[in-house]
Amino acid sequence: MKALLTAGLEWIDARFPLTKMWNEHLAQYYAPKNFNFWYYFGSLALLVLVIQIVTGIFLTMNYKPDSALAFASVEYIMRDVEWGWLIRYMHSTGASFFFIVVYLHILRGMMYGSYKKPRELIWIFGMFIYFCLMAEAFMGYLLPWGQMSYWGAQVIISLFSAIPAIGEDLSTWIRGDYVIADATLNRFFALHVVAVPVALLGLVVMHIIALHEVGSNNPDGVEIKKVKGPDGKPLDGIPFHPYYTVKDIVGVAVFGIIFSFVVFFTPEMGGYFLEPPNFVPADPMKTPAHIAPVWYFTPFYAMLRAVPSKLGGVIVMGLAIFVLFILPWIDRTPIKSVRYRGLLFKFALFIFIISFIILSWLGTQPATQTLTRLAQVFTILYFGYFVFLGVMSFISPNWDNVKPVPERVTS
Amino acid sequence: MLNQLSKIFQKDKGRRRFLTAATTVVGGVGVAFAAYPFLAYWQPSAKAQAAGAPVEADISRLEPGQRLTLEWRGKPVWIVRRSKENLQDLAAIGGQLRDPNSEASKQPNYAVNEGRSLKPEYFIAVGICTHLGCSPLYVGREEGAAHNLTDWKGGFFCPCHGSRFDLAGRVYQDVPAPFNLEVPPYSYLSETVVMVGVDPKGAV
Repeated sequence: MKALLTAGLEWIDARFPLTKMWNEHLAQYYAPKNFNFWYYFGSLALLVLVIQIVTGIFLTMNYKPDSALAFASVEYIMRDVEWGWLIRYMHSTGASFFFIVVYLHILRGMMYGSYKKPRELIWIFGMFIYFCLMAEAFMGYLLPWGQMSYWGAQVIISLFSAIPAIGEDLSTWIRGDYVIADATLNRFFALHVVAVPVALLGLVVMHIIALHEVGSNNPDGVEIKKVKGPDGKPLDGIPFHPYYTVKDIVGVAVFGIIFSFVVFFTPEMGGYFLEPPNFVPADPMKTPAHIAPVWYFTPFYAMLRAVPSKLGGVIVMGLAIFVLFILPWIDRTPIKSVRYRGLLFKFALFIFIISFIILSWLGTQPATQTLTRLAQVFTILYFGYFVFLGVMSFISPNWDNVKPVPERVTS
Repeated sequence: MLNQLSKIFQKDKGRRRFLTAATTVVGGVGVAFAAYPFLAYWQPSAKAQAAGAPVEADISRLEPGQRLTLEWRGKPVWIVRRSKENLQDLAAIGGQLRDPNSEASKQPNYAVNEGRSLKPEYFIAVGICTHLGCSPLYVGREEGAAHNLTDWKGGFFCPCHGSRFDLAGRVYQDVPAPFNLEVPPYSYLSETVVMVGVDPKGAV
């Protein structure tokens, strides 16, 4: 039996680099031995992607991308299709969990300086993934054709009309009609189930290839490839398989418990994962009294509202995302990990995280004058973080009282 | 011999570069032409363009302060009957508005006046906020407190981003909406019947 398997593997290896790929990416991919809790979220993001693709494929089997039928077809999946409610709730909960996991994954990168040389491209690919994910989530949210689907899409597509000269024509072109209509729903369906997932998969592959080319960063921010043993393998590295595959499976198990709890007990998450107005069919004549995007867009939505000018708001919102793309070139301080950076950096990062959280809360609230003022303050603090990093890079790196970075990883 | 060969190669290199460039340019033009149908595919279809029939409304039973909503080209169109008091307010609040004389806003020529309407009593507008396309709420003179609106003279309040408009659809200052609400073309078929989507006879 074993001989047969070996022969089979040899047959394949002569035609396809199966063993070679297995070794390069798993069995002989050396990852730093000091990964901690924050290193679960990469593999979890991959897991959620798989959940979304599988449940998504099953949902398309009963969903109807037609403005007259869409809302009812989702209710049909929820009530009449065998286990339809489970597949649908897994998909809707998966969308929110995707963003939770990705936000934590991005935060990890910011804490440990994983975006810095030589990992700039990994970061850029990651940002493109985040961007595609936002497009994917936005278009997916239109599909149930509820009130929030309709008016949320109306607001977001109208953002393009703020662009001078071509804005109006551009937003008409995106909608395929003068208002959100059947044409919009139908094309968003095509983009949501085919175009964006294809782009996402390609980007994920590029993200991982780039990662495995330069090697993973770690909580100490030191390069393990610098110190190699006589066998040419990094002394502080351990093979990804079996060490980190086993570790990640523990993460998957814990994630599964939390994910299942939400799917089974609180799939709407108090109106944060699925908003109450979305259980009312879309009505082009009436905007819901209070509209807010789903929680993962609210930080940017709060920034949009904070600026009392249509074009200005759109620009600020766009910049908030764009600035993340160029982060590797803003923060030029050579020290990567937060562990060896000074108190001021830790304080700035803390303020940034708090601003992001408060902005996401503000984005869910009605726009009163006090709250708008608050949103303005935290928008400035959000951008302030990047200004701080940029300024700090030009001043000698030691002024913020940095600690010496060790040669080898610590435990 | 070798020298001659390299000369030929040198000559060939230039030719080759020219041919490569020419092929790339021709190919690029081809790709651009081929892309056009795919981009144009997203434009509103003939059917969507045709769906713009005018709509009629009977306004005989509209009381002062009441509003009627119609659907025209898939958008809400409002007809509000303004009271005498409302009309007096319109003149008083000009100073708080971004574009009080509607110079930068969209309306037919016959609606360029203080009330932005054919008849001062009836205000007709497309109920879509000029900010990001929500449909604002109609908030009467006495209902302002419910939406935290101070010194409210009646008008429209957009719950999405807090834009405020007066009863002539004129936008207040310091809100995100850039322009006044759009006034559609409309005409009176009789004293009590309005047709939205058609200019009055003779109007330019």
